[in-house]
Amino acid sequence: MNTQLLIQLLVNGLVVGTLYGVVAMSFVLIYKATQVVNFAQGELLLVGAWVCWWLLTKYQVPFYLGMPITLVFMFLFGIAIQIVILRPMIGEPIISVIMVTIALSTVFSALMKWMFGVNLQPFPRIFQTQNINILGLQVQTVYLMSLAVSVAMMIGMAWFFRLSKYGLAMRATAFNQQVAQSLGISVKSVFAMAWAISATVSAVAGVVVAVVNGVSAGLSAYGVKVFPAAILGGLDSVGGAVLGGIIIGLLENVAHFLDSEYLHWGNLYEIAPFYALIIILMIKPYGLFGTKDIERV
Amino acid sequence: MAGQTLIPAGDFRTSYAADTTVFPTTTSRNAMILGIVLVCLAPHIVSAYVLSLLIQIGIFGIAALGLNIVVGFTGQISIGHAAFFGFGAFTSAYLSNRFGIPVFFCIPLAGVVTAAVGLIFGLPAARLKGLYLAIATLAAQYILLDFFARAEWFTGGSVPASAEPFSIFGYMLRGDKQYFYVVLAYVVVCYLLVTNLIRSRDGRALVAVRDHYLSAEIMGINLTKYRTLSFGLAAFFAGVGGALYAHYNQVVSNEGFGIDRSIIFLAMIIIGGLGSIMGTLMGTAFMVLLPESMEWLSVALRDSPIDQFLGLKNNIAFLREMAIGVIIIVFLVFEPDGLAHRWRQIKAYWKLYPFSH
Repeated sequence: MNTQLLIQLLVNGLVVGTLYGVVAMSFVLIYKATQVVNFAQGELLLVGAWVCWWLLTKYQVPFYLGMPITLVFMFLFGIAIQIVILRPMIGEPIISVIMVTIALSTVFSALMKWMFGVNLQPFPRIFQTQNINILGLQVQTVYLMSLAVSVAMMIGMAWFFRLSKYGLAMRATAFNQQVAQSLGISVKSVFAMAWAISATVSAVAGVVVAVVNGVSAGLSAYGVKVFPAAILGGLDSVGGAVLGGIIIGLLENVAHFLDSEYLHWGNLYEIAPFYALIIILMIKPYGLFGTKDIERV
Repeated sequence: MAGQTLIPAGDFRTSYAADTTVFPTTTSRNAMILGIVLVCLAPHIVSAYVLSLLIQIGIFGIAALGLNIVVGFTGQISIGHAAFFGFGAFTSAYLSNRFGIPVFFCIPLAGVVTAAVGLIFGLPAARLKGLYLAIATLAAQYILLDFFARAEWFTGGSVPASAEPFSIFGYMLRGDKQYFYVVLAYVVVCYLLVTNLIRSRDGRALVAVRDHYLSAEIMGINLTKYRTLSFGLAAFFAGVGGALYAHYNQVVSNEGFGIDRSIIFLAMIIIGGLGSIMGTLMGTAFMVLLPESMEWLSVALRDSPIDQFLGLKNNIAFLREMAIGVIIIVFLVFEPDGLAHRWRQIKAYWKLYPFSH
């Protein structure tokens, strides 16, 4: 038993898991507020990461400026998607809405490949020191940054939903659109805001992943990992999504550990979340914290 | 959702036989038979390139038809269709290589095996809302692709598996011209089968599940049964299509069964028309011809300013991908009933010409 490797992988899992959690959180946000299952979540990460990379390398914008510009861009980008593409789809059958997001993901991923190429581009170095020694464990600075950013975003999201007025409006809309409307909440702007926040949060996650691993088309894989995480946590639970993300991240790395130490099947960590997904759907389809009134037929 | 058929006002059907007939009029039946006869002549008229396109339309048309059963008629969503298509391809190659079963029997057998695999993934989700089936099929897509890469005994791993050419009673069919008739026969049989299914009790149950599942359940339709059934049927046709694809190319490699192919299948049925059988074939033709026409366009535009701006030569693959996405969105927003609906409108227009009102 290789304890050192196990601990390293668990730390890894925690870091990746919180990132999954953040992405799943923004996925659930859209689902909760607008009832849209967003298959283009990964592409929002991708767009955010590329925009930031572009600003930093082509225009030599410093990071502390480039990041806010990226976030503002993604905020507007999210609103634009909602208004131009998703708003005409309100009231359409769920198949059409899902297909639109799938088509969006195709368009964006192809567009990004076209504009920036298919090769992995390293992100400009942001931190001077590569590693920090914590309790005898070498932890990369970017990992700590990633963890800190993720936790900060989760706390921010919790604050937004629990304490801010707009978050309350959003929760009301998620609960019942008609009642919310009759209380003077603009459902349209709530929808747009849900996409905007989701895009922004995803972009932060995208930039964090880009700083750690560089930018490439493979980044959108995070959008697929969202499904195991969100289903595990419960499709309409923001907190559940975070927990689901962390569990999926840990599961991946435990699978990786078992694979490399005992099983030697190869690439087990990539596929383990999907087996988990099927099992969850079989035994507990509403997830850990989801609403249980999913119509079982 | 697409209306089933456009029946002129005043044309009432007075018996069940009339209501469930495959062809509403004798003319339409004769037109269909004439059409099939004309297509039969195609190999002797068209060039080899056009013939290969026709074969592709046929093969993908069968698989897309399966997807249309589950998406168009039952209102469930499947995002893993290409994986089942691939599974059918590998199964047929495996059966003929390993057990020496004649290819003639391998193709339907591959369909049956694929249907069984499809049911494994469909069963947990068929009990739940359509959304969950979408996510389960997404998982199936990745799990099956991983399985193809892993199971070397089955697929040959990184080395492409070879598939026997089609033979019937010991007579080998070689070349596109002969294979075309095999595909055509399968297309006709599959499309007739599905047409027949939809007018039957089971088919109407599927449509009822799509239109209002609660009412359907109250009417005594077993939702789980019909959702599972439609999913199994979809996998069956995907398997048959995949098997035909395998024996057409005579090699099956791991490439080309990814999620992008699944999206293309979805695009085919959306463009053709959800819940339209002939529309499926139109949509398939559209999606097969789209990349080809973009290729022609890029050749035609070579060295023009547009070419220099877009960098067509290097980026044609990305532009094609984008075109697929854009076309799906355009159709969903502007023509959600697809080409089949447009076709019906054109027919209605000419029927009444020149007095359109």
